[in-house]
Amino acid sequence: MEIFGIPIQAFLGQLLLGLVNGSFYAMLSLGLAVIFGLLGIVNFAHGALYMIGAYVAFVALDKFGINFWFALVISPLVVGALGVVIERTLLKRLYKIDPIYGLLLTFGLALIAEGVFRYWFDVSGQSYPVPDLLQGATNLGFMVLPNYRAFVVFASVVICLSTWFVIERTRLGAYLRAGTENPTLVQAFGINVPMMVMLTYGGGCGLAALAGVLAAPIIQVTPLMGSNLIIVVFAVVVIGGMGSILGSILTGLALGLIEGLTKVFYPEASSIVVFVIMAIVLMIRPAGLFGKEK
Amino acid sequence: MSTAPDKTQKLGRVVLWIALALLVAAPFIGLYPVFMMKALCYAIFACAFNLLLGYTGLLSFGHAAYLGAAAYTTGYLVRSVGLSPELGIIAGTLIAALCGLVIGLIAIRRQGIYFAMVTLAMAQMIYFVFLQAPFTGGEDGLQGVPRGNLFGLFSLANDTVLYYVVLAVFVAVFLFIIRIVHSPYGQVLKAIRENEPRAVSLGYDVDRYKLLAFVLSTAIAGLAGSLKTLVLGFATLNDAHWSISGEVILMTLLGGLGTFAGPVIGAFTIIGLQDFLSDRVGSWINVIIGVIFVVCVVAFRKGMVGELQAWRQRKRAG
Repeated sequence: MEIFGIPIQAFLGQLLLGLVNGSFYAMLSLGLAVIFGLLGIVNFAHGALYMIGAYVAFVALDKFGINFWFALVISPLVVGALGVVIERTLLKRLYKIDPIYGLLLTFGLALIAEGVFRYWFDVSGQSYPVPDLLQGATNLGFMVLPNYRAFVVFASVVICLSTWFVIERTRLGAYLRAGTENPTLVQAFGINVPMMVMLTYGGGCGLAALAGVLAAPIIQVTPLMGSNLIIVVFAVVVIGGMGSILGSILTGLALGLIEGLTKVFYPEASSIVVFVIMAIVLMIRPAGLFGKEK
Repeated sequence: MSTAPDKTQKLGRVVLWIALALLVAAPFIGLYPVFMMKALCYAIFACAFNLLLGYTGLLSFGHAAYLGAAAYTTGYLVRSVGLSPELGIIAGTLIAALCGLVIGLIAIRRQGIYFAMVTLAMAQMIYFVFLQAPFTGGEDGLQGVPRGNLFGLFSLANDTVLYYVVLAVFVAVFLFIIRIVHSPYGQVLKAIRENEPRAVSLGYDVDRYKLLAFVLSTAIAGLAGSLKTLVLGFATLNDAHWSISGEVILMTLLGGLGTFAGPVIGAFTIIGLQDFLSDRVGSWINVIIGVIFVVCVVAFRKGMVGELQAWRQRKRAG
């Protein structure tokens, strides 16, 4: 069976691959949106934190025999704690000045992290085994579905939707949103805003690490895995408009799919298609698809 | 009141003349010419970047793309087409300006950090185009670009001759930027940097001013890239990589945003550090650059020249 002259198995395979990439775009742009929403900082270090997340899982398994499922918990905690330290020592000095400096500071942090991991692990990739439970593939009749990839898409959607739920539908989320609007007033209600900001940054970093652990069994774990991804994620953020949480989830998944489709029909363009879409979207809707015009 | 700034200006001028004298004498006082040329190219690049961020308030995070575009253009035309070096440089500069025009038109639709993200993403697109284009030599880049003869007369193969050509271009760019900033056009750019809504309400077509500044800056960045290709004899993907875009930001920030001499001092410092450290510390160089970045942003935002000026002002006031 064929679709547009391409074997259906290959076609759906690329589509699934696109959806898996889209899951990572969604998780990372969601974390960026959460951090930007409350701190007003574009976290350039997000890609590096994603990379560190993957390495924590790798080291946990390699040195301590801690398996994938525990790594899913431990790695976000470790990286989240790192985020808290970064926020307390560095970022908190920048809240009152031009957001450009936040971008530059986190860029510097990304360089440091990348350099240190290059020294520790070299640039060659490490592979992380797929957990036993999710090995193999399921034959759906029309295609063979690798279990782990299906799990990644599922897990990412669950993670994204629960983050959305916490922020848009719970009391904690209401505080967070109020804190972005008027921190002084929220503080006056007896809510510890600096603590909230700190935990939000930690949470956002943890989210990046979670994505890193999920990515480890699919890709080669290298010190550079985050730096190339982060630019695509920035494009995703510009396309979606950073205002909306749901917007970053949908845009991330959709762009992954589009990238996958491009790989089928015109592979040469697959690495630039996201940027081309960004250019087009900016011409039509400068605030992004889900963004509000200010 | 009026004498104090005059005094500062006079001092500034004296320092500039001394610096220029040092640069002119460089080949005779034992400074390695290829290093000096490389540093001057990056100084031109940083000056171009500073015109945009320091004087217009636009953070372009993709300036390496224009450096790289010009480097490839010049490299290809001089090596494979056999163009003379001056025509190669002009072509490279024009191509960079053209890229700047197209990307600028898209990017100025957003402001602040979004502008930064858009320029970064567009630059990454250019990077991928170079990675796949048939004439760029893929991962290897263009190697063995000849320096040729300037105007068919002077052989640039001689390091000293080429050094003075690069120095002349650098001085011209430096004066050109001072001229722009002090012109009425430059004043409008500063007004946009300080308060964009007010500039709009005064009736300035802010987007056009910003776009022109962007194109000028990308053209000069291209000029730097073209020269660099002639100096080093190659153009590679590394020229267009976003880490170079980060480096030029650091050079400008470290030297002093919105000062004339700052980017030059920043460029010489960073290139010097890299030159000095890369054999000694290997991959730690990136960590060191990152640490300088963080320190600059947290504690040292005015940069070397800016802090010095602020210190002099404080001394005078107190």
